Amino acid sequence: MNQIYNLFKKKNKNILCIYFTAGFPYLNSTVKIIEILQNLSVDLIEIGIPYSDPLADGMIIQKSNQISLNNGMNIDLLFDQIEQFKEKIKIPIILMGYYNQFYQFGKDKFLKRCQTSGISGLILPDLPVDIFVKKYQNTFKQYLLSMIFLITPKTCLSRISMLSKISDGFIYIVSSNSITGNVHFFFGKEQTSFFQRIKKLSIEIPKLIGFGIKDKKTFSISCQYANGGIIGSAFIQSLDHNNLEGSIEKYIKSIR
Amino acid sequence: MKYFVDQNGYFGEFGGSFIPEMLYYNITELQSQYKNIITSYEYRKLYKKLLKNYVGRPTPLFFCKKYSDQYNAKIYLKREDLNHTGSHKINNTIGQVLLAKKLGKKKIIAETGAGQHGVATATTCALMDLECVIFMGSIDIKRQLSNVNRIKSLGAKVIPVLSGSKTLKDAVNESIRYWINHPESYYLIGSTVGPHPYPQMVADIQSIISEEIQIQLTELEGVSFPNYVIACIGGGSNAAGSFYHFLDNNSVHLIAVEASGLGIKTNKTAAAIHCGSKGVLHGSMTFILQDQDGQVLPAHSISPGLDYPGIGPMFANLFVKKRVSFLHSTDEEALRAGFELTRSEGIIPALESAHALAALKKISFQKEDIVIVILSGRGDKDINVYNKFFVKLLNDESNI
Repeated sequence: MNQIYNLFKKKNKNILCIYFTAGFPYLNSTVKIIEILQNLSVDLIEIGIPYSDPLADGMIIQKSNQISLNNGMNIDLLFDQIEQFKEKIKIPIILMGYYNQFYQFGKDKFLKRCQTSGISGLILPDLPVDIFVKKYQNTFKQYLLSMIFLITPKTCLSRISMLSKISDGFIYIVSSNSITGNVHFFFGKEQTSFFQRIKKLSIEIPKLIGFGIKDKKTFSISCQYANGGIIGSAFIQSLDHNNLEGSIEKYIKSIR
Repeated sequence: MKYFVDQNGYFGEFGGSFIPEMLYYNITELQSQYKNIITSYEYRKLYKKLLKNYVGRPTPLFFCKKYSDQYNAKIYLKREDLNHTGSHKINNTIGQVLLAKKLGKKKIIAETGAGQHGVATATTCALMDLECVIFMGSIDIKRQLSNVNRIKSLGAKVIPVLSGSKTLKDAVNESIRYWINHPESYYLIGSTVGPHPYPQMVADIQSIISEEIQIQLTELEGVSFPNYVIACIGGGSNAAGSFYHFLDNNSVHLIAVEASGLGIKTNKTAAAIHCGSKGVLHGSMTFILQDQDGQVLPAHSISPGLDYPGIGPMFANLFVKKRVSFLHSTDEEALRAGFELTRSEGIIPALESAHALAALKKISFQKEDIVIVILSGRGDKDINVYNKFFVKLLNDESNI
């Protein structure tokens, strides 16, 4: 069974999902970060595949992408690293990348490698829903892989309803219409009213809130309105290259 | 109009709208409204009026006697360089700013490579009283300083782009990111690239070029279809505008000239058709320069306007369907062609347009062939680059 289903079956509150970029800060840091995060009882991990043109990402993730690519990270290597560590991974792992990476690597090869590496789901923010449904949905099901879609405060009701049916595992609620890592952003009235609106809808699929979650306060707000939250840029920024374990421990403990 | 976009936003297998959800609302708003607006009588009337009285259209179709003798054909230049602000770009900015105003937008964002689109956007925003933000790669800012100063003096804000290759590709990325954060603004894309509806919309607006060619050719030669239309191509806006009314007539040879930089066998090139492969860049499926992991590779061209690792999806389809022939010119060939036109006709072409001129040497014409070369912009902005090259040529008499 897909690990994301298992997770939400066992626990549906206070889900902490951490995003980081593969190959950052070091080429071989990916598995080490997974290990530390799961020891700290993080519930879900989202690994970003570094990309030359990450359109939806702010400066912090862009920089980590560039450093990772300079370190020599590529998709094959990322799958190799995760595959070798597969037996020790106890929590669901999802990959986030851009459609061109998936398309260029080859759909079948990509999905097969997800399966052999124990990946549970994918986020491809620029993949149009109709193309997913037409070309990929059935294959995803065969490989027991979830495709996670995003909704934003500007997504209309009928589209929210459609996306929450097509999204698998959980749906990603983008807190504000923005790119990732807006440091000046605080959850205001606009966000809470959006979260309230979503909460009132009868969406059966679990919901995680992302974008703008950086500390205990914002994480607890996301847990109040959804099953939990996703932290990306703030986590990446907290990484101390010289003391990876210590910095991760300090950051995760500040959230919970 | 079999080469135009279909109802789903595709040119054959190319195009589409590969955008994050955060842009979905803006893009669908544009998709659902642009056609009605730009085909309305009120819009067309205002657009044509501004093109005539502000831009200076129609631009001349100039017969080059010396070139015609040299290349053994009737060679005409479509003088887009004579437009206000110095290139064809202003046709598009006037068209899209009018559309943005109709959509109730108060702020325009745009990217620029050579600076021509930035200047045209800033000019149009000054004319129509709109706030304007221009993204420009920091490398291009150095290469095209006079245009940067012009943009600023027109009241627009220039934001240097320091990410990625620091050129046009990254200026597009930053514009899209800014648009995500500022969905109330209008993103004025300068070429036939980006998610649907931009590629078709920009082609529609730029089609004034081929519309005029047909009228002028009828007056000058008594025919409305030439034998050849030759245009340089980066994203494809001047080529799209020049080919538009000829696409469905197979007797017209349409030639698009890519910038091959140091050569198509080097990795210093911008020739996305010759050296690229199918992939997604800036919201559409097209041909791009990339590696096996889909990482977009930096482009290289002496002309900043062609220094882009992709090509408009309309042209990817025209290439696959073999409707347009794609040639390429190197930096050196373009510089030589630019020098040749300067000496022969007293016109300094933009480095972009010089790529199209360089292709004249690569085609065998018949004496009666009517050949239109699109002079998309003027070379004042490139004068420093030209000067270095001219000095070299003048010092070496054997080359002249």
